Amino acid sequence: MSTTITEEQIETLVVESLQTFGANPEDITREATFEALDIDSLDLAELSQIVHEQYGVELKGSDVAEVKTVDDAIKLIAERL
Amino acid sequence: MEAIVVTGVGAVTPLGVGARAMHERWSAGVCGVVDGEGPCADFDPREFLSAKEVRRADRFTQLALAACQEALADAGWSSGEDGDRSGVGGHPYAPERIGCVLGTGIGGIGTLVEGQDTLRERGGQYVSPLSVPLMMSNAGAGALSMAHGLRGPSFAVSSACASGAHAIGSALRMLQTGEADAVVAGGSEAGLTPLARAAFSALDALSKEGISRPFDARRDGFVMGEGAAVLVLERADAAQARGARVLGVIRGYGASSDAYHLTAPRDDGAGQAAAMTAALADAGIGPEQIDYVNAHGTSTPLNDRAETAAIKLALGEHAKRIPVSSTKSAIGHLLGAAGAVEAVATLLALRDRVAPPTIGLTEPEAGLDLDYVPGSARPLALNGNGNGDGSAHGQDRPVLALSNSFGFGGHNAVLCLEAP
Repeated sequence: MSTTITEEQIETLVVESLQTFGANPEDITREATFEALDIDSLDLAELSQIVHEQYGVELKGSDVAEVKTVDDAIKLIAERL
Repeated sequence: MEAIVVTGVGAVTPLGVGARAMHERWSAGVCGVVDGEGPCADFDPREFLSAKEVRRADRFTQLALAACQEALADAGWSSGEDGDRSGVGGHPYAPERIGCVLGTGIGGIGTLVEGQDTLRERGGQYVSPLSVPLMMSNAGAGALSMAHGLRGPSFAVSSACASGAHAIGSALRMLQTGEADAVVAGGSEAGLTPLARAAFSALDALSKEGISRPFDARRDGFVMGEGAAVLVLERADAAQARGARVLGVIRGYGASSDAYHLTAPRDDGAGQAAAMTAALADAGIGPEQIDYVNAHGTSTPLNDRAETAAIKLALGEHAKRIPVSSTKSAIGHLLGAAGAVEAVATLLALRDRVAPPTIGLTEPEAGLDLDYVPGSARPLALNGNGNGDGSAHGQDRPVLALSNSFGFGGHNAVLCLEAP
């Protein structure tokens, strides 16, 4: 499974999810912090659920707690695939 | 004890968005019930909330947030305009001294049902992490507190269809004991779901005809509605000092319990009458000083009979001399929001010296012999007794009303309201 998923695909999933959570699309860049995007722990819990549903990967709360930027999240997901 | 005044009101009801929309349409005889229910069809949460706030709130919280924005703007606390939605900077009191009490009968039932559907259809791992924070009964109180930076005591009260009145009563006490300098109080409900519909139907509580006509011989149950109302309460001297416009006074509050049956009121109305009598005593007035009663008036056979008995018990002969009408004839039964919505409706009716009608009432049941204001609104005829201080003449004296709320579980809460 992991061989078929590109980082671009992960980025698309993350960006779409952040938009659904209410982040301003124009502000979403790889470098943007979740704090600046007003994305909080509840949003990241939802993101973990979406990632699990899409890729079958389980992100632990302790993993997600370390995630500060969009780029961090994409790299964490890519690592776990 | 110093007067506790109402300086702002807001409401979202089946008659539209806005407290005055409700008041004006009800007074004009408009009924917001459509196909046997009272939805807030005009309400679009996106007009009041950001995309994130909409996602983070069950509909009952969305309704409360909209009503709260209106109430705070009405009180002159915040602009109510886009931009600074928080109004934090505009509050006339320290945030730590502003409380928030919001009643709800059910809480986020729409969220609960959605979570249950997800659990059944897709499995537990897909139940949203937002489920609990959205469905919990205190979600509305928490959201109001966060949206407006209210850092005093905040919580939900729940007493089924008396919740809204209990919330205002609790807020009144919070101010009287000095726990807060201002309280944002109200009620909210968004229960128009197949589950609630089926459950109330199973109790034989809902009108099969889908018509809310309190006190009428043909009434056959209540019509479920949704909505919210919020009031801003402050101490009279502080409100005056900041030049606030005073809409009315919460003169008294009385509460009691039937301790009788899970859903049925006592036939003799004694429990309900006890709450009315307690509200009068709290206000320091006698029954003959009441100009109007905003009835709980659900349109169920049991309530309207018991409540008529209760009004007679509490007010004696005076009961037959004053108008008694039911807001539920215009909007259906807003359950945990009803007490707050009806408190707002009562205050605005008193201000305009109008007795709004019990819509749909054409022939009262035998024995239900109070003046239920059938047909259309009437000018509120002031009873001759006034406040017993010789000021009772013409339109000059303040007017007084009782607003009744009774809930499943035998919870009774009555507010005594005054308009200048």
